[in-house]
Amino acid sequence: MADGASDATRDDLLRVENLTMRFGGLVAVDKLSFTARRGDITAIIGPNGAGKTTFFNCITGFYKPTEGRVALAHGSQAAFEALPAATFGGKQWSKAEGAGAVFLLERMPGFEIARLARVARTFQNIRLFAGMTLLENLLVAQHTVLNAASGYTIGGLLGLASFKRAEAEAIDKAAYWLREIGLIDRADDPAGDLPYGAQRRLEIARAMCTDPVLLCLDEPAAGLNPRESAELNALLLKIREEHALSILLIEHDMGVVMQISDRIAVLDYGQKIAGGTPEEIRADPRVIAAYLGVPDDEVEDVEAEVGL
Amino acid sequence: MDYFAQQLINGLTLGSIYGLIAIGYTMVYGIVGMINFAHGEVFMIGAFIALIAILSLFALGITAVPLALLLALVIAMALTGLWGWAIERLAYRPLRNSFRLAPLITAIGMSIALQTFVALTQGARSKPLPPVIRGGFTLSEGDSGFAVSLSYMQIIIIVTTVAVMAAFSYLINSTSLGRAQRACEQDRKMAALCGVNVDRTISLTFVIGAALASVAGLMFLAYYGVIDFFVGFVAGIKAFTAAVLGGIGSLPGAMLGGLLIGLIEVFWAGYFTAQYKDVAAFSILAIVLIFMPSGLLGRPEVEKV
Repeated sequence: MADGASDATRDDLLRVENLTMRFGGLVAVDKLSFTARRGDITAIIGPNGAGKTTFFNCITGFYKPTEGRVALAHGSQAAFEALPAATFGGKQWSKAEGAGAVFLLERMPGFEIARLARVARTFQNIRLFAGMTLLENLLVAQHTVLNAASGYTIGGLLGLASFKRAEAEAIDKAAYWLREIGLIDRADDPAGDLPYGAQRRLEIARAMCTDPVLLCLDEPAAGLNPRESAELNALLLKIREEHALSILLIEHDMGVVMQISDRIAVLDYGQKIAGGTPEEIRADPRVIAAYLGVPDDEVEDVEAEVGL
Repeated sequence: MDYFAQQLINGLTLGSIYGLIAIGYTMVYGIVGMINFAHGEVFMIGAFIALIAILSLFALGITAVPLALLLALVIAMALTGLWGWAIERLAYRPLRNSFRLAPLITAIGMSIALQTFVALTQGARSKPLPPVIRGGFTLSEGDSGFAVSLSYMQIIIIVTTVAVMAAFSYLINSTSLGRAQRACEQDRKMAALCGVNVDRTISLTFVIGAALASVAGLMFLAYYGVIDFFVGFVAGIKAFTAAVLGGIGSLPGAMLGGLLIGLIEVFWAGYFTAQYKDVAAFSILAIVLIFMPSGLLGRPEVEKV
């Protein structure tokens, strides 16, 4: 799916510079620099423990990185021009909304990242609100809109018309996503009762209900059977086409990665060891070495070969 | 039979008050996983604010009792809510990510601090409120000469509780704040990723719990006609017991637990001895917890990964 022709129209969405995350003596992410382009599906692959999920946690506000900058631009990459001023001005963003806003994600609390920077994510070990219904899960994801429309609940309690309208719209949107993932019949069941594959789809739908510009998926195909992972591919491609969205994808299932990603970044020991289109990555000896491992005495040979 | 009916009415009245306080315990436990031992004192402060409000309103010439009570209710809910907010902000939020026992110890400290504060500023003697609502219905004149009566005050307490509970259930089940709150209960970090301001939601939980406790405080004051700085202790422990009995974390459970504790206490005092009513209430709690460790309506703890 590498699409070289549209390179010119695909500018930078996310720029990660020198990102480092230390846990005591362990360096999980080590001076990682990384760029994701607007409209791309960018896959992040690497062996277990390479720092992929830590990287996601730093982007989405779960962790505060030890060092480094994570900048996200709305609109176009021209927004990055405001980045130095925001960085040295000690700000969290250049402006809170609209095109041309740039966000310093590493400085923002998690809920602001979801609300203003509009980054959404899913988890390797699914984190639905298991005790709430499918519909409620998708409505919580629209909390920002509903809360503002309800005048921070007071209007909602009084039953204002504007709130009723906002709520009806939120329910329509939730119903749309429930149909997209084929779970509309189970809208009022508790999310915890769904089978595993359906929970994964619901988690993606919930992330989409927050209206993201960047969707981060942490191993969405894990535990899915081949038919389900084919459905997932189709769903992700459709989402990308229809909702003007960029996707970051951590995945071990190479079938998924090679079929749907535009670009792939390979992490190992917290560093980016390779990046490029699926074809380039498939042929890259560094990637093969990282995945298959090489005996110690061959490391130097491999390094010499790949020019490290 | 007449005697039984009378005890039932009394028990429901007391149980309503316990239930409203118990909700504060159970909500806070649900969302931050701590027992707010200062909640009994919040109830006490609510009662004091209500007392001051009623007396001030009378002094200002608002002598229509229903109006004065309604205004006092609104004032008490607003100001007690503010106390609840301040307590969370000052004492609990800075320790939220600390080790598990820290908020518990802080809560006990806060409880003592609030008691002492009220004892110093309001005096340690008990404060009376002259009965504001007298009279009631006599339901039956028994053959034995025992009359079952239902006072207007009891009706007001039970009706107010039902109304407040209905509004509260609507808030929790059908508004975006309620949904955000339930989401935070299940997974705070995930809720934040959905754009929910978790800190604000937790603050509002304390405010709502405190407002409900102040409703209970006003009703306690009007029903018993006397309060002091120590009323929060016993009522708080009973309400906490009620929350645990109903299943801590469960809102209907808190209300059910409150009613049961109220009924057990009143019936025990009515049929056996008044001295042992607390023993009876706590014994029932112990027995229920042996057979149903998560309480009557509680869900078993699900380990989050």
